[in-house]
Amino acid sequence: MSRLLTALLALAVLVLVGASGSPAEPTAVPHRIVSLSATATESLFAIGAGPQVVAVDDQSDYPKQAPRTKLSGFTPNVEAIAGYKPDLVIVAYDPNGLAATLRGLGIRVLVQDAATNLTGAYTQILALGRVTGRLPAATRLVNRMKTQIAALVAKATPRARGLTVFHELGPDLYSATSSTFIGRVYQLFGLRNIADAADTAGSGGYPKLSAEYVVSRSPDIVVLADIKCCAQTAQTVAARPGWKNVAAVRTGTIVRIDDSLASRWGPRIVNFVRAIAGALTHLRR
Amino acid sequence: MSTRGWILAAALFLVASLVVGVLVGPVHIGLGAVLESVAARIPFLHVHSPLSSTDEAILWDIRMPRVVLGALVGAMLAVAGASYQGVFRNPLADPYLLGVAAGAGLGATLAVVYLREIDFQTTLPPAAFLGGAVAVVAAYAIGRSAGAGSGGATLVLAGVTVAAFFTAVQTFVQQQHSDTIQEVYSWILGRLPSSGWRDVVIVLPYAAVAITGILLHRRLLDVLSVGDEEAASLGVNVGRVRLAVVVCATVGTAAAVAVSGLIGFVGIIVPHAIRLVAGPSYRLLLPLSVLVGGGFLVLADVIARTALSPGELPIGVVTAFFGAPFFAIVLRTSKRMAS
Repeated sequence: MSRLLTALLALAVLVLVGASGSPAEPTAVPHRIVSLSATATESLFAIGAGPQVVAVDDQSDYPKQAPRTKLSGFTPNVEAIAGYKPDLVIVAYDPNGLAATLRGLGIRVLVQDAATNLTGAYTQILALGRVTGRLPAATRLVNRMKTQIAALVAKATPRARGLTVFHELGPDLYSATSSTFIGRVYQLFGLRNIADAADTAGSGGYPKLSAEYVVSRSPDIVVLADIKCCAQTAQTVAARPGWKNVAAVRTGTIVRIDDSLASRWGPRIVNFVRAIAGALTHLRR
Repeated sequence: MSTRGWILAAALFLVASLVVGVLVGPVHIGLGAVLESVAARIPFLHVHSPLSSTDEAILWDIRMPRVVLGALVGAMLAVAGASYQGVFRNPLADPYLLGVAAGAGLGATLAVVYLREIDFQTTLPPAAFLGGAVAVVAAYAIGRSAGAGSGGATLVLAGVTVAAFFTAVQTFVQQQHSDTIQEVYSWILGRLPSSGWRDVVIVLPYAAVAITGILLHRRLLDVLSVGDEEAASLGVNVGRVRLAVVVCATVGTAAAVAVSGLIGFVGIIVPHAIRLVAGPSYRLLLPLSVLVGGGFLVLADVIARTALSPGELPIGVVTAFFGAPFFAIVLRTSKRMAS
């Protein structure tokens, strides 16, 4: 019993010493950042924290000057990450207790998982501003995003009344409902999302729709977020069996969105909003 | 029941399944409208289809090809499973036994990862077919070099080895390209694509040749079931029969897998359910597997299309979820009837 007490006491002392001697001083500004989140990479460079970033993961393909490495955010290797001697690691996904392991090595970790709405996206950008010592730039960026999105939405919303949208994540007709981040963007315009009818608890907001259903609903706008992964184009969509009668195919309202743009929640979301607004403006009714 | 009676009953089951498959879907199209639409396609009848052009497209370009494809794939997987069980005298043999699934999986993954600039729905089926064929040829070569005979056990082991290797390579490639996981995963779970009649045209010649080839050997499979040596003493060239049936079953399975992904369970439960109710003779089992397998997969796809309507379930989930309990019931009732 006494031996157990001694052990516990020793452990407590170790923890206390460890905590006080930890290099993760919350006030220190990091200058060796590793970003394993493609969204965070975009935000860091947009707020001018790029020079503080030493490595980004294999999915971080924007902006071009980001120091892209073979590090993976999906199957991360702690040793490889620690090899960059980071003082801050940003992840969008925390598999196998990655964050806890890194913190155990005395490395500060910021987990920013997928935002579910614009407010969440703004909060994350501001949080990045705060930890990197670039809060004024982050605040300016968020305000600019808000203004631009509001202007685009105000201009295009009158044209969206009563229109339906189908957001395509893959040619097997996986889609995104209004409960997802991307779905909320369509909500801003007041578009009706045809995937909402298939929103069950288990689909996580990304149900697979049946071809019959999509064709029968004849959406006014088809947004292709599978142009890179799966080489989808307005032509391949029109050539699908039964699709030639779909409203969006008849009017040519097929919006092609870079896959990565539609799956991130960073500053370039404004570009996505602009693409949708543009399609609405050009849509003859 | 007589042989003819069983065949008739199974054929009725297939027809009933096809009718249900054509009538049931996320979009309601009534029986009368379907019949009129069919009549409108028969020349000289001068019937006008009552359907809108959208419903007409849904019925003829989306639903019908999918139902026909389901019947073809189901028939192919069931009869391939039954014949594998026959030539290897192994009740757990399924159409993926010799590595065709793992090989096709690698082929499909490579197509999705490296041929993404081209529409991968066009490149995936031939790549999957090729991968499946390569895997089985490799398994056969390894099995042969390790020594033939022993009831095909070495061949089965070679198949397991090759499957493990191909799966490892596939997982590695997929890991290197995690952005393509969704497409690969969707294929692995099995699906009947809505790509119109194109996939039917791809599978039909392979399935027709394979099913005919297997059915021609149905009596020889009965002889084989007594054992290799006994069959040889009856004048059967065991090695040749085994090779012919394996080639037919594999080519047909590879074609089915190429378009529909890995739909599990059909190749095991359908032949076993038939054995339990109609007896073990391959003369009856093989044709019944074709008919019942086709009907079973069409019905499974009806559930896949409607259970979460207008969303969809992967069909492989349906075949396993409903197939396993169904098989348990068949097992129970047949035991009771026997005792």
